[in-house]
Amino acid sequence: MTNKGWLLSIVVFICLPLFAGEYYINLASQIFIFAVFAASINLLLGYGGLPTLGHAAYLGVAAYLSALAALKFGLGHWLAAPAALLGTTLMAAGFGLIALRATGLGFLMLTLALSQVLWGTALRWVSVTDGDNGLRGMTRPFGMDDANSFYYFTFAVTAFSIWMMARFVASPFGAVLQGTRDQPRRMSALGHNVWLIRWITFVYAGLWGGVSGLLFVYYHKYIHPVSLSLANSAEGLLAVIAGGSGTLAGPLVGAAIVMLLKNYVSAYVERWNMLLGFVFVFIVVFMPEGVVPGVKRLWLRFRSRA
Amino acid sequence: MAALQIKSLKKAFGGLPAINGVSLEVAAGERRLIIGPNGAGKTTLFNLVTGDLAADAGEILLFDERMTRLATHRRVHRGLARTYQIITLFPKDSLEHNIVLSLLGLSKARWNFFARFEKSALYGEARKILARVGLEALAGRPLSEVSYGEKRRVEIAMALAQKPRVLLLDEPLAGLSREERAAVKELIAAIPRDVTVVMIEHDMDTALDMAERITVLHYGSVIVEGTRAEVVADPKTKEVYLGH
Repeated sequence: MTNKGWLLSIVVFICLPLFAGEYYINLASQIFIFAVFAASINLLLGYGGLPTLGHAAYLGVAAYLSALAALKFGLGHWLAAPAALLGTTLMAAGFGLIALRATGLGFLMLTLALSQVLWGTALRWVSVTDGDNGLRGMTRPFGMDDANSFYYFTFAVTAFSIWMMARFVASPFGAVLQGTRDQPRRMSALGHNVWLIRWITFVYAGLWGGVSGLLFVYYHKYIHPVSLSLANSAEGLLAVIAGGSGTLAGPLVGAAIVMLLKNYVSAYVERWNMLLGFVFVFIVVFMPEGVVPGVKRLWLRFRSRA
Repeated sequence: MAALQIKSLKKAFGGLPAINGVSLEVAAGERRLIIGPNGAGKTTLFNLVTGDLAADAGEILLFDERMTRLATHRRVHRGLARTYQIITLFPKDSLEHNIVLSLLGLSKARWNFFARFEKSALYGEARKILARVGLEALAGRPLSEVSYGEKRRVEIAMALAQKPRVLLLDEPLAGLSREERAAVKELIAAIPRDVTVVMIEHDMDTALDMAERITVLHYGSVIVEGTRAEVVADPKTKEVYLGH
């Protein structure tokens, strides 16, 4: 997307509460939260070539840590949020040491296994997590209980998160990361420590997955083990693939597709999961590179014929 | 001082020895040619030297420093560079971006997480390197859009960009036309003398012209080593390689 496109999007998002009702504002907030989550997966999949099926671990753990800090220890948001992010990032550092012992399918399975361990723990460690009941009773920071103020808060955090991830992938380190995605063996032969590059990216992606978890728990004021589940990780992965991995705008568009189908279409179509499946099949068949690169390709073809 | 020493190196794949106790010593600044029939273990030997493969036994020393247990990228930081028999570059990226990735390998700038990469000073350096191999005019073109011979030159340029002390060239002339071959030969001949060059090459006429000493491998073992005249005159060479 061009700078003009980004600027136009920002203007539209800022003006959205002026003409959209509360339902749509809340839906937009959820899309932003899921966009941060999908963008953090994109760091691994799109720029690092590392397909993960366990990224919900970081969303869920940050949400649980924040909730536990507030509910069990009585910490305010100023302490609970950094503590949750620090804990999540340290966990990502540890998980990276294990998951990056493999690449490709092995990496996929290790990330899945690690997240399943956390999901099982959240479900069974009832004395801490309240098991299947989940944790409830959290508050939003700055008392942002109305839809509009929380929307602007979420938008600001999302914009900052996406900007930080954009800077990361556009940096020399980002170029090296993309090199390890395309030719890892060659990158080693050029003096790059491929494992370390991947590990740093893994930890950074975990941090932003944690940020999405904080927004998630602030929005819902509730956290349940399902946030750590395989289904949540898979939806994030599908959002990246549908929108276009390895692009900045792709995960945002993919997140919007998933959240609109999940929240909006499900109100009208009972079997919305089936519709979600058809949409993904359509995208994979007609735009295998994802919606953003696919639309760009079709637009260029249209312009060259015109 | 020897630039590269290999001592009793062994590597087997599923019980089948690919490198069977190879020992050789390459002097600093020397041009060494490794020859042998297909399957002799030449590329495996290179892969062991660079760390792409782990040795089962033996030692590898670069300027008297033990390399055997070091990871590939650490060997590169100690002055070892290589090219591959099958070109493995970054086809979607421009020629200059390919060179910049090589320059970044030894630059602390690779750990910069937030600078704008396009404004990197490394691009200027990359253009200078491409000028040295006669490809400056194509600097911004995607690698996939240049000829095979030009790709070979980019690959050598990437290796030279790392200012190596020892350069391993794996069949640098393979698949090239006569004109491209001449250009790459010229490029190799222009490599400064402070760089030790070890080369695998099947084109005997060309390779023998460029080499000072030659090692003949057969079934993973060194069977002959010496000057051009010695190796060509040796009956073992004729038997296993020249087919006489």
